[in-house]
Amino acid sequence: MAESNQTSSRRREGEPSLLRVTDLGKHFDVSRPWLSRVIERQPRRILKAVDGISFQVARGQTFSLVGESGCGKTTVGRAVVGQLAPSFGRVEFDGLEISAMRSRRQRAQFRHRLQMIFQDPYASLNPRWRVRDIIAEPLRALGLSRTKRAVRERVEELLGQVGLSPDDGAKYPHEFSGGQRQRVSIARALSSQPDFIVCDEPTSSLDVSVQAQILNLMKDLQRTFGLTYLFISHNLAVVYHVSDHVGVMYLGRLCEVAQAEQLFTQPQHPYTRMLLDTIPDPDAPGRRREPVGGEVPSPIDPPSGCSFHPRCPLANERCVREVPALKLQARVLVACHAVEEGRQQ
Amino acid sequence: MTTQSILAVEGLRVEFLTRRGPLVAVDDVSLQVQAGEVLGVVGESGAGKSVMGAAIIGLLEPPGRITGGCVRLEGRRIDDLPNGEMRKIRGKSIGAVFQDPLTSLNPLYTVGRQLVETIRTHTDMTAGQARGRAVQLLGQVGIPEPMARFNAYPHEFSGGMRQRVVIAIALCVKPRLVIADEPTTALDVSIQAQITALLKRLCREQGSAVLLITHDMGVIAETADRVAVMYAGRVVEVGSVFEVAKNPRHPYTQGLMASIPRVGRKVQRLIQIPGAMPRIGNVPEGCAFHPRCPQVLERCRKDRPVVTRSGGIETTCWLYADSEPHG
Amino acid sequence: MSWRVGRWHRLRESEIGYSLRRSPLTVFAAMVTLAFAVAAIAAPLLAPHNPYDLASLSLVDALTPPRWDAKGKSEYLLGTDDQGRDVLSTIIYGARLSLAVGATSVLLAASLGVTLGLVSGYVGGRADAVMMRIADVQMSFPAILIALLIDGVLRGVLPLQTSDDLAIVVIILAIGLSTWPQYARTVRASTMVERAKDYVKAAQLIGRHSAAILAHHVLPNVMGPVLVIATIQLAVAIILEATLSFLGVGIPPTTPSLGTMLRIGNNFMFSGQWWIIAFPGVALAMLVLSVNLLGDWLRDVLNPKLR
Repeated sequence: MAESNQTSSRRREGEPSLLRVTDLGKHFDVSRPWLSRVIERQPRRILKAVDGISFQVARGQTFSLVGESGCGKTTVGRAVVGQLAPSFGRVEFDGLEISAMRSRRQRAQFRHRLQMIFQDPYASLNPRWRVRDIIAEPLRALGLSRTKRAVRERVEELLGQVGLSPDDGAKYPHEFSGGQRQRVSIARALSSQPDFIVCDEPTSSLDVSVQAQILNLMKDLQRTFGLTYLFISHNLAVVYHVSDHVGVMYLGRLCEVAQAEQLFTQPQHPYTRMLLDTIPDPDAPGRRREPVGGEVPSPIDPPSGCSFHPRCPLANERCVREVPALKLQARVLVACHAVEEGRQQ
Repeated sequence: MTTQSILAVEGLRVEFLTRRGPLVAVDDVSLQVQAGEVLGVVGESGAGKSVMGAAIIGLLEPPGRITGGCVRLEGRRIDDLPNGEMRKIRGKSIGAVFQDPLTSLNPLYTVGRQLVETIRTHTDMTAGQARGRAVQLLGQVGIPEPMARFNAYPHEFSGGMRQRVVIAIALCVKPRLVIADEPTTALDVSIQAQITALLKRLCREQGSAVLLITHDMGVIAETADRVAVMYAGRVVEVGSVFEVAKNPRHPYTQGLMASIPRVGRKVQRLIQIPGAMPRIGNVPEGCAFHPRCPQVLERCRKDRPVVTRSGGIETTCWLYADSEPHG
Repeated sequence: MSWRVGRWHRLRESEIGYSLRRSPLTVFAAMVTLAFAVAAIAAPLLAPHNPYDLASLSLVDALTPPRWDAKGKSEYLLGTDDQGRDVLSTIIYGARLSLAVGATSVLLAASLGVTLGLVSGYVGGRADAVMMRIADVQMSFPAILIALLIDGVLRGVLPLQTSDDLAIVVIILAIGLSTWPQYARTVRASTMVERAKDYVKAAQLIGRHSAAILAHHVLPNVMGPVLVIATIQLAVAIILEATLSFLGVGIPPTTPSLGTMLRIGNNFMFSGQWWIIAFPGVALAMLVLSVNLLGDWLRDVLNPKLR
């Protein structure tokens, strides 16, 4: 088992990581309009969707961000591909600092290498376009194929790679099932021969048997083309199946980052443990999950210090005061005072 | 053990009448649910489970129509009742919990008012008594500070809390049957556990029968006592959850269980069932699953399989036709 | 809002055909509109006389009653007006003018409204706020007042001699500029919905210009309701033109439209020459009613909820 890439942040030279995210943050101002605020004497309200995230993804590997709704994982995905400008922090793609590049010309130098697959197979394809035009759009827009014939051949090649037939190119999205549309999405993402694909809940809208097909396809493509995935999901079982490394997020911060096997067999952070306990197991009928009390607080007004402390069985007064930093504890990065102090078993 | 089932569905057939002819959404489905029991109906999207649920409680939208079979609630037929009668029965004896709590609750009325309204429509309580009962119910479903939350609006609750309110409304008149259609799909994983545990506990206490419709096999495994697997509008397997999960007989159920990724069992490739479930109106001859079945026989292509019983499971599959036929 | 009007032509035809067959009123409306359209296009072939050709008019024949009247003449089926114009021919040519003005102003209003709506919905922020406030202000006035205002300003600006010739252009501008807000608001709402969808994000991701995204991705998906609005607005435009002409600030009497005929006939209504206003009035009413009914039916047929 090679040293995980999350070990030392000082070793930058010869770093094989394709994506490096450093202290990334995104705050949204959700205050009421100025007049209402003044009249009702309310303070500004800031939604800290992402509040200081750092991680790296090595070439050819799959890094998953997992967490419940509102934890900020989707926002991280958007910031990585450049759909959102971060409020602070850096995103480096293959050494290039892309978070600072806002103009289209600057981004053109790496745009074709970074692609995204979306969650909703019904909204991610333009219902008025034929499938072959949808897949060909990146080719045409990025000038990757010059002639009409080259475009057509490439589209047919891509359709075959995702398990569809060349005839499917002439059809419209509504003629396909959810799983097939997701294949079209994948074909579109592959068209520019990317190195890195951000997958935002790609199978969450799919049935279980279709999900299996898509996950297998994605793994095959990763092996064939040496792709690197940032996989965002709330489904822990899927994350377990696809990931090399996993980062668990809660209310905009990372709780724990570890290799997948390690995280699922020996979780350190209390939230990770709670999360793993809640996975329903289809093989264990009648097992009673331990329902943990409380719900995820609102990200507009998160608890002070460690945001998990109201629900944490190990919380002490330091947890209420101080935000824990992500620290290395025996090859796992954990942000927890209790773990640092050796208070948990 | 011939206690009467709370819910008995016999040979139910639901069709959608379109200009192109009738499309069959539910094809000869039979189930029973006993008091205090949770029957899970599992199937992928398009299998017809939600349509069946709607048909059972009489909320089928046209052009959908029940064209065969019957539905009995405590022995009494309810599928052919006029609208007015059905409405009374729905309120008094059937409770419903749907997927999206935001649309199940009226956003313009407080939670307390909706509860009280339901209670007073179906019982003879006074306003004061109804209010007391409502607060008690809110407490029972785990809403903290029920007295204060009585006057809150649905949008002031989180998703999990809203679903608890919906459960409270569904159970407030102590219905004999509770139908839950994807009650936890829209909720976070950590909340799902709370909601399924709550539903199961309350229904057991009240002795209600529960029909739990979902696509999530994990939820079924935890909550249901028995499970019915639906495919293309038909029931392919019914049995105790333990048996069906551990030892599925029908090839579709086997494929389904095998394709679910599991923590702790790392595989290179998930087992996948090739192809996709046939859409409504495109169901093949014979066994609906035969084009995708790894163990298909000649017979499967021509004849619709009959129900056979083996080891406590009823399977609709020609592979088991040599076991004692059922019925 | 996804309008399921896909490329399955046969299916679409049969659905529309089916829907048409179920509503005889709509069939009637469609046929009337078609009749007017045909008459408008083939006016020179269909009309017995050319009322716009001032040289062919004969004042001797002025104010002739319809043919079936004792004093009627056989060549003037519906009688003549005070200039000797054959009423039937004027109706045909007038309908042509009304439809042309109506269609062109609808095109203008739609182009302007759709463009502004797209930009407004996509860009958001201050530009959106400004444009929508302008639309709100304009919508709080009746369109006729706005049209009068624009008409008056343009006439004042243009030199006197050309104002008659440019009357048509002025009217088209007036009506077009007074009816764009409906399109803008609907398209803006649809644009805001589509903008949030992932296929737009995918296009942004590969770096397409906003203009390209709006034109190629968003526009095809928001055009559905525009068609419905355009049909109903056609009826509105025709009425607006008729009103403006009736008030004397529309099409000049040398080339009368249906509305101008109403104006001319209004003077003779109570002095016995009822046919000058009656027939054009009925024609106008039937045209507008039919277009309206078609628009209603179109809206129902394209409604995605009625699958």
